[in-house]
Formats: sequence, structure tokens, C-alpha cells
Amino acid sequence: MSRTTEIRWHGRGGQGAKTAALLLADVAFKTGKEVQGFPEYGPERMGAPITAYNRISDEKIRTHSNIYEPEYVVVVDETLLESIDVTAGLKEGGCVLVNSNKPAEELRPLMNGYEGDLKVLDARKVSLAALGKYFPNTPLLAGVVKLAGVMDEEVFLREMRESFEHKFARKPEVVEGNMRALEMALKEVH
Amino acid sequence: MATKDRLSGNEAVAFALKQINPDVFPAFPITPSTEIPQNFATYVSNGEVDTEFITVESEHSSMSAAIAASAAGARALTATSSCGLAYMFEPLYIASSDRLPLLLAVVNRALTGPININCDHSDSMGVRESGWIQLYAENNQEAYDNLVQAYRISENPAVRLPIMVCQDGFITSHAVQNIELLEDEAVKNFVGEYEPEHYLLNRDEVMAIGSYGVSDYYMEAKRAQAEAMLNVPSVVLEVGKDFEAISGRSYGFFEEYKMEDADRAVVVIGSAAGTGKDAVDMLRESGEKVGLIKVRMYRPFPAEALAGALKGVKAVAVLDRAESYTNCGGPLGADVMAALFRARSQALAVNYIYGLGGRDITVKDFAKVYEDLAEVVRNDSAGDTYRYLGVRE
Repeated sequence: MSRTTEIRWHGRGGQGAKTAALLLADVAFKTGKEVQGFPEYGPERMGAPITAYNRISDEKIRTHSNIYEPEYVVVVDETLLESIDVTAGLKEGGCVLVNSNKPAEELRPLMNGYEGDLKVLDARKVSLAALGKYFPNTPLLAGVVKLAGVMDEEVFLREMRESFEHKFARKPEVVEGNMRALEMALKEVH
Repeated sequence: MATKDRLSGNEAVAFALKQINPDVFPAFPITPSTEIPQNFATYVSNGEVDTEFITVESEHSSMSAAIAASAAGARALTATSSCGLAYMFEPLYIASSDRLPLLLAVVNRALTGPININCDHSDSMGVRESGWIQLYAENNQEAYDNLVQAYRISENPAVRLPIMVCQDGFITSHAVQNIELLEDEAVKNFVGEYEPEHYLLNRDEVMAIGSYGVSDYYMEAKRAQAEAMLNVPSVVLEVGKDFEAISGRSYGFFEEYKMEDADRAVVVIGSAAGTGKDAVDMLRESGEKVGLIKVRMYRPFPAEALAGALKGVKAVAVLDRAESYTNCGGPLGADVMAALFRARSQALAVNYIYGLGGRDITVKDFAKVYEDLAEVVRNDSAGDTYRYLGVRE
């Protein structure tokens, strides 16, 4: 089987984890990759935990199951750390990206003894500074693109600008803010 | 020239419908098929299609309105899932017995009890005897391709039967994946203009549709319907051949994956087939002779061809994404086993129920099924032929 990068997103209904997974699929597609982006729904309600997934590969993707052994996990809402084992099945050498304003040492005790790579991105801070509003999606998308190294940063930014210009054709004023959020997040995540 | 894109299964179906530009689309929303009428409504309001889009008050009404439109001579369709399909149960039989070409885009979802929005095939399996043609898709590409082919099959004068084009709820309907789309012109030319033979709005041929069938006529009407179904397979192959000429993608009754020398095989419908193929590749790497058959055309059922494709296998596992409470397996299992019996096959066959209400099926699950089949072969006995996969006991 081909080499496929697998990413799992944990969020709450309404926070945009699904949208982020679809955006990532979209931008990876534009760089010539085979992609999958899909949500897993429980009960349909705001605030309920939801999971979304990405597969990114150079070869055709046929598997349709959920992802149980991801290389990357993104946690959109840190309060999920208390109720969900977000690192379950995480591959050795994998990495978790948590949206939080707390240092990693404070989050680690909530993660079932997880000792692997843990990155923290304050997506609220980035989003407020860049956009003046709280949309954690955009910074986290840039964060995971950087960590997973699935595409060149310049290509990523160029394709995202095009996406935003298309998506916000009627609100061109928000394009720059979103681009700023991406750039800031790329710098924040190491 | 094809366009490379990335769309969810629902987006792909709505896009195919835009390219086809049908005459009438009565719609009532239900998860997970809602995006089909929703996206199509955008095409309508943008003036990209000139379809009569009718928002009705229920699925019984959406199917009834589609039936009326088809009877009037229009190219019509609707879309639904789960309980919506169940609510259409009565008019489904009317559509097929009135021999109306008609399209139903089904996004498979479990039927209620307990209530659940996720995928299984209980909805469309529940109407497998309604006289509709049924095609199933593995992924967004096949959902799109089947849709482009559907009207050509349904409207063929030797057929004139309604057709369901099914895909797995959420698993493919909501998953964005790479897809190749045909040019608008290519789809338009392929599908062609609909020229109904007999229709209500033809003032030169006054007729009635849906009249009472007394006992002296009812059975002949049903026999004629069965006769039309007998004509479906050759039309499906012919349309598939023409489609391959414009797309490069070939479609028949089912897909055989690495079956040439397989001694163990799985028969399955829908998205699980993709996962199963990855399992086949994994096991083949360690020299195991395993294969997979994905059923695309479930109604009519390609019994003889399927038994032929399974001729060389020692053991076969049929995977059903629906219960039928026969105490011996699911609907696909019953059909495949009957096909094997008629062909006097010596293969040992078992039937698994899997994936109910969206229960996931993984490469590992498939590997276990092939392992079970190895044991069946070793024991020269099928053992328990009615099994469950991926359930907590």
C-alpha cells in the first residue's frame, strides 16, 4: 500500500473541525495530491464532540474506514482532553497539536500519560490578532500543514489565498486577515 | 477532456444532475441526502439549469410528484435516505408498475430503531422488491458515473423502469475526495434528449396511467414488468460500454478485484469494497490468493454471471450491510447463495452482517474475514454460515 499521511481532528460541533479537514483536503488536492476529508458524526448538535479525518497520499485512496492510527492529531478544543483520549492509536513519532493558551506541561497531565511530541498553538490569540474574530480553523490548518510537511509553505499560502479570494468573493476585506492568521500560525508552530 | 476536481459524493451527484439538467425535481430533505437538493437548488437559483424544482411537504409527495412528472412525459427525479425512502414505499411500486423512467438518488442510511443517521443498506434493501433497478457506488466517482448512466438505462424503450442510484451515507456522501468530471457537453450528448414514447401530455394519444388492475389483468401487468427487468442487464452493459468510450472507466454488473486465481473471495456492496481491496493487496503481498467482488447492479441480480465469477473459489464470504431477520443472514447473502446453488457450485459460503448504523469496517476486519475463510477451507466446512462482523457480543 502507498505511503499515506493520516490526520485526525477532534473538535466540538460548530467549531469547524470538519471545515478545517475539508479545507486541508482542498489545499492538498490543489498541490496535486490524492485526498480524503470526511467527518464522523455522532448526535447532530452544537457542542457535541466530533471527529474529522484526512488522508493525503500520492496514490489513489481506497480505504473508507475512520483513522485509528494517525500520524497527526489536531485538538480544536482543549476541554476535550478531559473526556477523550485524543492520542489513542497515535503512531510512534507522531505529533499532537492542541489549541490552547497554556504551556504544554500543563496539558500533558490530561493526556493519559502521553509522552510523545506535543505542540501547542494559541489559535485564539492568532485569530484575534489577525482577524479580530475567533476562528480557530485557519491557524490550526496552517499549524498541521507545517507539522505534517505535506506541502511547501509557499505553495500552501498561494493556494490558500486563491481559496479565500474565491470563498470570500463578496467580503474581500477578510482575505488579508485570514492570510495573516496563516502566516502567524506558520511562525508560531515549530 | 475530463476535469480533475475534489467533491463529496453528494456534491458529485448534484453536479451530474446539473450537467443532465432534468425537467422536474420535487424535493424533500433528509440527512444525509439533503445536500443533493440543496446544492441543486443553488444551480436553479443561479439559472444554471432550467429544471422545475418543487419543494414538497414529504417524501411520499416528492416521489408522487416525480411519478406524475414522468407520466406527463418529463425527465424527473428525486433524492432521499432512510425513513424518507420508507415513506416512499407505496409510490415506489406505482412508479415501477406504471413503467415510468425515473431516477432516485439514494444516500444509504440506517432505518430507525434505534434512531441513527449513519450508513447501512437497510433502507434500499428494504425496497429491493419494488421493481426498481438498483445501482450501488463504492466512492464519489462511481456515484457520479452511475448517475450519468442512469437515465440511459431507465429510459431505454426495452426497459422503461425507474432506477435507484445508491451511495453510502456520510462515508461517501460527505467525504471529499478526488474525482474526474466529464465535460458538460460530453454528459449532455451521452444522456441525450428524452423522447418519451407514451405520455399524458401527448394530445394525439389520449391515455390513462395508474388505472385499476382487475385480477384478470394484474398478473399480466406484473409479468410484463418482470419481462422489462429481464431486458435490463444487456442495457446496463451497453450503456456501460458507451460510458467507457467517453470516460475510460468501465462498468458492468460487478467489479472483480484480483479474482483470476483467488481461492477465497468476499462479495460486498458499496464503500466497504474499497477498504476490502486494500486488505486484498495486503494479504496478496504475503502470497495469499484472495479476491473481492463488488456488486454494482443489485436489482436485477446478476446471479449467473456472479456464480461464474466465483467458479474457481473454495470459500466465499458475503458481506451484508443490512439484517433481514431470516435467522440465516442478509439479503445479498441469500441472493449469492441461491446463485451458487443454481450453478451447482461446490464453494463453501458464509454470510456476515456488518456496518449497521455506521459501524466502521476496517482493513483489519477484512483480513479477519479472509482468515475465517482460510479456516473454512481447512475444515472443509462452512461452519456457522450466519455471522456478525465488528459487533460486541
